[in-house]
Amino acid sequence: MIRGKAVVFGDNVDTDVIIPARYLTSTDPEELGKHCMEGLDPHFPQRITPGATILVAGKNFGCGSSREHAPLALKGCGVSAVVAASFARIFFRNAINIGLPILESEEAARGIREGDTVSIDLARGEIRNETTGEIFWARPFPPFLQEIIAAGGLMNLVEKRVKG
Amino acid sequence: MGMTITEKIIAAHAGKDRVVPGELVEVTVDVMLANDITAPLSIKELEKRGIATIADPEKIVLVADHNTPARDISSAENVKLMREFAKKHGIRHFFEGGEVGIEHVLLPELGLVVPGDLVIGADSHTCTYGALGAFATGMGSTDLAASWVLGRTWLRVPESLKFVLSGERRPFVTGKDLILFIIGQIGVDGARYCAMEFEGPVIQSLSMDERFTMANMAIEAGAKNGIIAPDDTTLAYVRATGTSRTPRLFSSDPDAEWKEIHTIDVSSIEPQVAFPHLPSNTRSVYAIPKIEIDQVVIGSCTNGRIEDLRMAASVLRGRKVRKGVRLLIFPGSPKVLKQAEEEGLIKIFLEAGAVIAPPSCGPCLGGHLGVLASGERCASTTNRNFIGRMGHETSEVYLVNPYIAASSAVAGYITSPERL
Ligand code: SF4
Repeated sequence: MIRGKAVVFGDNVDTDVIIPARYLTSTDPEELGKHCMEGLDPHFPQRITPGATILVAGKNFGCGSSREHAPLALKGCGVSAVVAASFARIFFRNAINIGLPILESEEAARGIREGDTVSIDLARGEIRNETTGEIFWARPFPPFLQEIIAAGGLMNLVEKRVKG
Repeated sequence: MGMTITEKIIAAHAGKDRVVPGELVEVTVDVMLANDITAPLSIKELEKRGIATIADPEKIVLVADHNTPARDISSAENVKLMREFAKKHGIRHFFEGGEVGIEHVLLPELGLVVPGDLVIGADSHTCTYGALGAFATGMGSTDLAASWVLGRTWLRVPESLKFVLSGERRPFVTGKDLILFIIGQIGVDGARYCAMEFEGPVIQSLSMDERFTMANMAIEAGAKNGIIAPDDTTLAYVRATGTSRTPRLFSSDPDAEWKEIHTIDVSSIEPQVAFPHLPSNTRSVYAIPKIEIDQVVIGSCTNGRIEDLRMAASVLRGRKVRKGVRLLIFPGSPKVLKQAEEEGLIKIFLEAGAVIAPPSCGPCLGGHLGVLASGERCASTTNRNFIGRMGHETSEVYLVNPYIAASSAVAGYITSPERL
């Protein structure tokens, strides 16, 4: 169970604002996390309670570049999960591959306000707005993706495959 | 029911007779690309886990094009990591120093990608190779690391959108304007998860350089890939690279299934300007207010090829860059630079007062070599104008074709050649 306060953004949040290119020489999630969302809100890390913040956004979250530094920065600064109306496809893959929980639900994206307390049951895809009492359901992942998520990321699966 | 070219290439790499949109398949991969921003993550992931298995070093391409020549110590360390990894695993296709060009200019030029290939790259503009009639898509570093080990990856077969372009192009309307116009119509998520296939008489009349520009920006509409069926123009280009690889020619069946078909008469399209901060904020260059600029960038994987430099030179010949404006020209590869030199284009640029930068991504992503200060404006032939893309959060990028970029450098504000 993931639980935390919502921080809310709009549509088309791109990877350049999630983590500007000038920081991409680092691959360390914590270092990247210090600059997370800097393009939209330089004080974003202060809005976060590590382990107890859920980022909520509109459509096409994570559009733009393929930089995996974007989901790493979100993870590194302590965002527990991202709920969006929809995700750009490369970001979607990257988040699953590195084990950042993401959920797609237009209703949830519309029905959660800044500061609402949200709890998420990942296995069931249930998103609960505790502040309003509303419940939303995320689009379920196909079994193959569930396998990657359950393994804790793609490389854990690959490692099993090559090392037997 | 027939198949689209995208479905056929995926099916061929999945060992299947047919695939349908929405299906998840495992495919073999022909080319697996990463650059100096994305490769270090992949390499560290493998090394951390002690995985030393590489399926096929011949299929891996590593290009140090983003923060090079090294911008600082950590960029230098990243390239060093790539160099050592390439050496350890016998990866021949590692490019640095004088061999570096922008990956998406370099790979086609060297014949490393051919029609019918399935290409994945840890760079979103990997979709550029669709211009050759290949299936090419961007992924992240972990996907690439996994594919280096397994030689395979997984894909969801995309729905296809067809764009049929016909009519007469107006003066100074290029492949860049056509794709900007389309993105303006459908929006930055208008093709999300889908294949964009371009066809029709206008597409057939385009050179390879303009086709690359169009396929390059498919990602700006959220697409998984952009694609153009190979024809004589494609084959002539591929033959000229001297590649040892064999093209496989696919095309869409007449009864293939399309999610959407867009028929576009290009006759009314005027040169486009995409305003900050989305590539879909397009307007005609003839219908914009006076926008004064501080910098002009001509280059990138979108418009850094020889024809782009010829377009710019045709405007700059005998003219001067306006005082107070910086014109930066980034040839896309060493070959483009050499050819521009031989054709006298470099001389024209230098006489106009341009800065000639080394073949690389340069300021396209705001890291290096031409970053914008607060409040500065740039007219650029690149592909993204997101907030802070080229520097400070309050700077602005306007996306244009090379004719408009060059004219704007002369005028000091965004304008077209016939208005100079
Ligand atoms: S030129 Fe720009 S868009 Fe193209 S690969 Fe380089 S940074 Fe990316």
